[in-house]
Amino acid sequence: MAERILTDDMIAQIQAFIPRYPSKQAVTVPALHIVNEQLRCVPRQAVIEIAQLLELHPSQVQDTLTFYGYFKQDKPGGKCRMWVCRSIACALRGADELLEHLEHKLHVKAGETTSDGRITLEYAECLGACEHAPCILANDDLHKSVSQEQAEQLVAAVK
Amino acid sequence: MAEFEPVLLANVGKPDSWTRRAYEATGGYQAVRKVIGKMAPKDVAETVKSSGLRGRGGAGFPTGLKWTFLPPNHPGPIYFCLNADESEPGTFNNRVLMEDDPHQVLEGMMISCYATNCKTAYYFMRCEYPLAYKRTLAAIQECYDAGYLGKNIFGTDYSLDIFLHRGAGAYICGEETGLIESLEGKRAWPRIKPPFPAVEGAFRKPTVVNNVETAACVKHIFDRGVEWFKSIGVPPDPNNPRDAGSYGPKLYCLSGHINKPGCYEAPLGITVTELIEKYGGGIWKGRKAKACIPGGISMGILKADEFHCPLDFNGPGKFGCLGLGTAAVVVMDETTQMVDYLMNSCRFFSHESCGQCTPCREGTSWATRLMTRIKAGKGRLKDLDLLAEIGDTIGIMPGTTICGLADGAAWPLKNCLKKFRGELEEYIQRTNPDGWSETQPVRALGPLLSIH
Repeated sequence: MAERILTDDMIAQIQAFIPRYPSKQAVTVPALHIVNEQLRCVPRQAVIEIAQLLELHPSQVQDTLTFYGYFKQDKPGGKCRMWVCRSIACALRGADELLEHLEHKLHVKAGETTSDGRITLEYAECLGACEHAPCILANDDLHKSVSQEQAEQLVAAVK
Repeated sequence: MAEFEPVLLANVGKPDSWTRRAYEATGGYQAVRKVIGKMAPKDVAETVKSSGLRGRGGAGFPTGLKWTFLPPNHPGPIYFCLNADESEPGTFNNRVLMEDDPHQVLEGMMISCYATNCKTAYYFMRCEYPLAYKRTLAAIQECYDAGYLGKNIFGTDYSLDIFLHRGAGAYICGEETGLIESLEGKRAWPRIKPPFPAVEGAFRKPTVVNNVETAACVKHIFDRGVEWFKSIGVPPDPNNPRDAGSYGPKLYCLSGHINKPGCYEAPLGITVTELIEKYGGGIWKGRKAKACIPGGISMGILKADEFHCPLDFNGPGKFGCLGLGTAAVVVMDETTQMVDYLMNSCRFFSHESCGQCTPCREGTSWATRLMTRIKAGKGRLKDLDLLAEIGDTIGIMPGTTICGLADGAAWPLKNCLKKFRGELEEYIQRTNPDGWSETQPVRALGPLLSIH
């Protein structure tokens, strides 16, 4: 029997969502968010435990998890998740170059995590901040009209 | 015409505009008090219907009419979903509203729920908006604390719960049945319609899905009246019996190669030129415009000599575009290569295709591979015909897919091939002098850029 991954706190948080919806399955995405927030990924064992809580088959939870690009499974993302928007409004103002610049600086490709586990660099499709193009969402902070120099400072400031 | 006064954005930029105190100081939560318990829900829906309000999310379906599709005298529950999964490239008007004036949205939502006899509403917000999420969550809590949400709101016998639900990063959740599937905890695969959500939606119950800006408009219709709403915008085209008119104020998102990008409120029907000159401060770096996206990337493209196009629900269609969409105008200057624009568009749609319908899943990826090859200087003129064929065969209109994502993917292709074919041909011939006329199948490029 694999060791339990979900903490009591996570379970309590997930259960608090159940009365909000007429079906337990609807709690799948909130539950994935709760686990992902704590572990920066949702391991297979967590999927099984979420399924038990929500009275689902693990494959149903897995099916949902894999559909959404937001959740990682195999290993945790970096402490800072850095989304570089590459959609049209940002691309017109240099987003592709910005992403490439960061790839070189961090020695990772988009989607990968730096070897020290600090930063996961990702591209994003429209972050909805087109008036501030090009923009970067680093965890919960939106950085506006980011130049390559500012991006370097941003990377350096990540603890 | 008198100077247009912003209504939807009136509070944006004021100190603490996201708090209930600030919102109520400027007359917030007065409209809902005039409605709940004072008007019959049926009359509320009729008022919205008579205002001519059309959904602001992209399709422009008349909001009041959508509500009347709910089965009458349904024993319930009826669900209301607020579509805050704004992810159309170029679009950020909902974000501005949710970050800076979340109570306005909630008030509109309360009125909409009351009109549709809904007692449980889900506020479906994309996860890429952390600030909007925090402020909306706080605003909902403020409403519960004040008795504006929960049991017997505003001291009436009407009860309403609003739950904020976070998405997980998928463009397709903006499609209303995709949103419903996602809300139910599944992959966001759009459903075949009918049944429409109004008959069988979330949790197999009648459901209304409305956009954030639509809800905000509903609030103002009850604040200022139907006459006020109809005094703004464009009446129906008498020569087009299917036109429902374009009434009311609209939030236009202006971005790209522009001096002052931003979200601006203007009457429906403003032209692209007016928007750029009056609000956007002209094209950046003193350059000339080459083209613009009229309403989010899926709507296609307008050439600079088509900028007199009015941005109402009818306008962009007359210039070969798909429609007004989200009214997100992305301007490109004269240095922009159409190959880059088309590559970006194809890449977006192949990334966001949900994978349910084969023509869309394969067609969008194929288009991206073709564009990658063209961009890399290995294109053939024949590729443009292939792109045109993909554009003509994917989508609801040719009848090959369940939802309109593929139509949105097809439109930039179709528009660009029609309006800028010469430039694309020139690019191919210039970058691939030896192979542009090749008609035999060629090998795929080695390791392609990661599409997915």
